[in-house]
Amino acid sequence: MEPILQVNALTMDFGGLRALDRLDLEIGQREIVALIGPNGAGKTTFFNCLTGIYPPTEGEMLIRRPDRKTKKLNGLKPNHVTEAGLARTFQNIRLFQNMTVLENVMIGRHCRTSAGIIGAIAKNKATRQEENKIVEDSYAVLEKIGLAEFVNEFAKNLPYGAQRRLEIARAMATEPFLLLLDEPAAGMNPLETRELDELIVRIRDQEGITILLIEHDMKLVMSLSDRIYVVDYGKKIAQGTPQEIKNNPAVIKAYLGEDADA
Amino acid sequence: MFGFEEIKKSFLTSLWFMFLTFPIMVIRVNTVQNIVEWRWERMFMIGIGSFFLSFLWRYLLERKELGQKKADLGEVDSIPWNRRIAREPRFYIPALIAICVFVLVFPFTFSLYQTTIMITALIYVITGLGLNIVVGLAGLLDLGYVAFYAVGAYSYALLNYHFGLGFWTVLPIGAGMGLIFGILLGFPVLRLKGDYLAIVTLGFGEIIRLVLENWNDFSFGPSGIANIPRPGLFGIQMSLHQATIYLYFVMIFLVLVTIFVVRRLQDSRIGRAWIALREDEVACQAMGIDKTWTKLSAFAMGATWAGMAGVVFAAKTTFINPASFTLWESIIILCVVVLGGMGSVIGVIFGALTLILLPEYLRAFSEYRLLIFGAVLVVMMVFRPGGIVSPERRIYQFKGTAPDKPKAEASTPG
Repeated sequence: MEPILQVNALTMDFGGLRALDRLDLEIGQREIVALIGPNGAGKTTFFNCLTGIYPPTEGEMLIRRPDRKTKKLNGLKPNHVTEAGLARTFQNIRLFQNMTVLENVMIGRHCRTSAGIIGAIAKNKATRQEENKIVEDSYAVLEKIGLAEFVNEFAKNLPYGAQRRLEIARAMATEPFLLLLDEPAAGMNPLETRELDELIVRIRDQEGITILLIEHDMKLVMSLSDRIYVVDYGKKIAQGTPQEIKNNPAVIKAYLGEDADA
Repeated sequence: MFGFEEIKKSFLTSLWFMFLTFPIMVIRVNTVQNIVEWRWERMFMIGIGSFFLSFLWRYLLERKELGQKKADLGEVDSIPWNRRIAREPRFYIPALIAICVFVLVFPFTFSLYQTTIMITALIYVITGLGLNIVVGLAGLLDLGYVAFYAVGAYSYALLNYHFGLGFWTVLPIGAGMGLIFGILLGFPVLRLKGDYLAIVTLGFGEIIRLVLENWNDFSFGPSGIANIPRPGLFGIQMSLHQATIYLYFVMIFLVLVTIFVVRRLQDSRIGRAWIALREDEVACQAMGIDKTWTKLSAFAMGATWAGMAGVVFAAKTTFINPASFTLWESIIILCVVVLGGMGSVIGVIFGALTLILLPEYLRAFSEYRLLIFGAVLVVMMVFRPGGIVSPERRIYQFKGTAPDKPKAEASTPG
């Protein structure tokens, strides 16, 4: 399998603290891969390195898309990472609270459109067409994610589950090939989690988007993922299919402690 | 709910006030006759006055909180007055006509003094609208905004002094200088936000003022530059009165241009990026918005208007010196934006007119002028923290019903 995202020996130090320790990871096209591990294992740090929020201390991150040149993610600014086709959601919801649902998604379209200051003032035909296109495309994304009913609501007035889905919709609007979901099911009730499960599979199957997710809900992780990576103290301790992970002694030890069976 | 308890609280407040003011209001030592006068009637006046004021204050706060609760529960049936006026043609068409007529006849019916302070207020409208981009939309607290205003004013004064350039030639140059300085300031502050940003911009404003004050060869120092010509009109000679009326209409024109451009910017892709930057910087960048460019463009666009307003200011006063560009000016402009309603064009216009005209009309109260002015500000911020006009940003609303044929429309309230 040809990987579309390849991470080699990624290391991230915060002063004396090594948050990520020579982490390797590969994701193939149209895979759903989960990254799990106890709290503070460095999962979100990994996302932040990938998306350019933190510059990694060592290691390299490459994207290899079949029809394009290999691109190195190291040193790219967050917005350029998004332009390169990686979009993410956040662990604690970071929506634009005082903007409407539609406007939130319209922001996602920003990096795929180009109108500038002159265009904004002159409001010429090209700009008007682009604006209309942004609204249409954004609405289309909302329909796909199932948020069309909330289109004109303010983001802050949305129910919790819908806010989580809006984050996904906003990320989808940037036309990613790889979607990074940071604990998408956190705080959701079982029904919402089931809907999320379906949604993620649908995004993969219908849009052909590869998905990497961090998640603590083991039921969701086991049913959803093709492969799982387990990290603890910044190190990868296991990788494999859900079945393999379930029975891996190192994983059980990391989650339950040294003398779990004693 | 609002009964005995509140009366008791107000009563205690008035007792406390009577006690506090007792030494100064009641006792008077008559040093001529060496006797102490006790003016008890004053104590009662204080008591009754503070009782009613405190009661009124409590009542208004209570009402405000009730309104807030209702708004939170989503059971507000009354739309804010400004939106209601904007929505219904039978309201806004007459209102618009009335404003137009007023604006047109204003300089001919009112005195020269009135026209002059109106011009000042209009200058603040422009600077307020400019700062609104930086503070209201992009959420970058800029306390050195007056620096760009100074840049514009000195551009006109110096270019006129050295090269004899006229008002209309320098107007775009001044705006351009504002833009350049906006970018210059933008670069160092790109990494900062919040309080740190405010302090750095404050420093920048002071640097510009101090340079102007001390670099005598360049800016003529504290003595300033005099005899700056007023705006010309094809070389026609005008009396002072005529020139003022002419400048008034020039200002009206410039204000309209500013409103037009600022609204267009606000409702564009760039405007959305500014608002997203204000809402959440990290998320904004993760969604593919270039933070550097967005911040710089906000600073530059804001500074442009200050530069332009500076040129007008120099032309209006015909004399400028660094004393006109102190921190106080920055704060007044910031007050215009905050008091009027951040992110709202109409709010900023109201804010500028209130803040600039109020102290002028309060001259009737002579020494109490600034006291009343301060009290008005405090009351405003307590009861309408969102500003006079609640933000009326255009909200993109999706109105297409058929899913396969969406139609983009946007309502423009306010």
